[in-house]
Amino acid sequence: MKVTIDGFPIEVEAGTTILNAARLIGGDIVPPAMCYYSKLEGSGGKCRTCLVQVTKGSDKDPRPMPKLIASCRTTVMDGMEVKNITSPEVIEARKGVVEMLLINHPLDCPVCDQAGECHLQDLGYEHGAAKTRYEFDRRTFERIDIGDKIQLHMTRCILCYRCVFVADQITDHRIHGILNRGDHSEISTYIQKAVDNDFSGNVIDVCPVGALTDRTFRFKNRVWFTKPVEAHRECENPKCCGKVTLWYKGEDVIRVTARKDEYGEAEEFICNTCRFDKKKTSDWVIEGPRKVSHKSVISSNHYDTLKPLPVVKQNLVLQEANKEQFERETRL
Amino acid sequence: MESLSNKKKQLTVKPLNFWERAYLPAIVHGLSITMSHFFKKPVTIAYPDEKREFSENFRGMHSLKRDENGKERCTACGLCALSCPAEAITMTAAERQKGEEHLYREEKYAAVYEINMLRCIFCGLCEEACPKEAIYLDGDIVPSDYLRKDFIYGKDKLVEAPLNQ
Repeated sequence: MKVTIDGFPIEVEAGTTILNAARLIGGDIVPPAMCYYSKLEGSGGKCRTCLVQVTKGSDKDPRPMPKLIASCRTTVMDGMEVKNITSPEVIEARKGVVEMLLINHPLDCPVCDQAGECHLQDLGYEHGAAKTRYEFDRRTFERIDIGDKIQLHMTRCILCYRCVFVADQITDHRIHGILNRGDHSEISTYIQKAVDNDFSGNVIDVCPVGALTDRTFRFKNRVWFTKPVEAHRECENPKCCGKVTLWYKGEDVIRVTARKDEYGEAEEFICNTCRFDKKKTSDWVIEGPRKVSHKSVISSNHYDTLKPLPVVKQNLVLQEANKEQFERETRL
Repeated sequence: MESLSNKKKQLTVKPLNFWERAYLPAIVHGLSITMSHFFKKPVTIAYPDEKREFSENFRGMHSLKRDENGKERCTACGLCALSCPAEAITMTAAERQKGEEHLYREEKYAAVYEINMLRCIFCGLCEEACPKEAIYLDGDIVPSDYLRKDFIYGKDKLVEAPLNQ
């Protein structure tokens, strides 16, 4: 099936969603997604950040769709034409969605451990307005410890349901879910029952905001002062891939997470032993530093390997003089 | 070649005239200039005893602010340390315990907060980065000292004194 997104045509299989087709093209035209998670079945359709405009339904029925649609839940039709960043309507709607998501968000980024790798922060920065129009009290909850490793800050939750899908699909039996309805809904465990499953730690990775955080990392350090390193180990658990990112501060591993792709989704899920118990360099086989986008705050204020200036590239004498600088592996 | 700025002045050495060659009048004239300064207001000040008024945008020693209830504003978010071009700031965060609500404003606070005044270039970027209006460079000139370690200022020197003391 042929679909055109923002003028970029692509051939995809039937049943592919618009969002996934856009991800195949890549670049700026990929709609942001807060609740959709490609590794979790049934996710998506909740946050509405991925809204796009369909200007031509299909070759057979070329009428445009009357309303903006959620690209993560809509499959493509042959000859469909979609507008994302080229449509001012979409940009405006997305701004509204961000404002809506932030209505009850406490905006406590200076305190939150997720700051620096938070999707809501990125989304707000890219699409949101600088000021809120909301004047009423925000909903507040006491924070809940789910077991001794995970902490739930319900105030920061945007109800994306990703963690519920993890509990449903990755762990064996589910003990937590969403209670109440509408504005009153909250992520909860019945009578704060501990989530003691082997894969429960993955709810931390899938959470797009700081609602579910690692208690062992709580207030240890800011994400942008740590150094991410790719590593792997032979995990005894057959379901666990053992491929992780270690977050170093100095010589110490202060956090272990699954490896995340460019859309912030874990490539493969890891077990709780890898995540919480293996925090020594000797437990791991180091593969090398993780590639961090230069736009990310994690790479800011680190002086990167020197890139030769054009004038140096042309001049052999200068090249020779700066040889040591250019060959340096570590960041200065 | 003609100069572009047109400020160049050609100097010539003329032979001295009689009064100049007489030597003494020139000495008297010079001394009179010196003497006249005895009766003028001095342009210098005796610095540590006297201090000049700082301009409004002077950036001196940092201070960590408290809010109107006397609670520390800093939440150890690390943005000052991130923005610091001289890497002078370091901190360790800690969680506020029950019963400490009157001391710290948020649930996280800086247990250790250190600024190396020898590294600091007083650019004021930390002040600009702070989301909590907790740090200001509104103090005095950093005093001199003998040892390098004494220039690492901790919370004891940086945090503002509480209001009701």
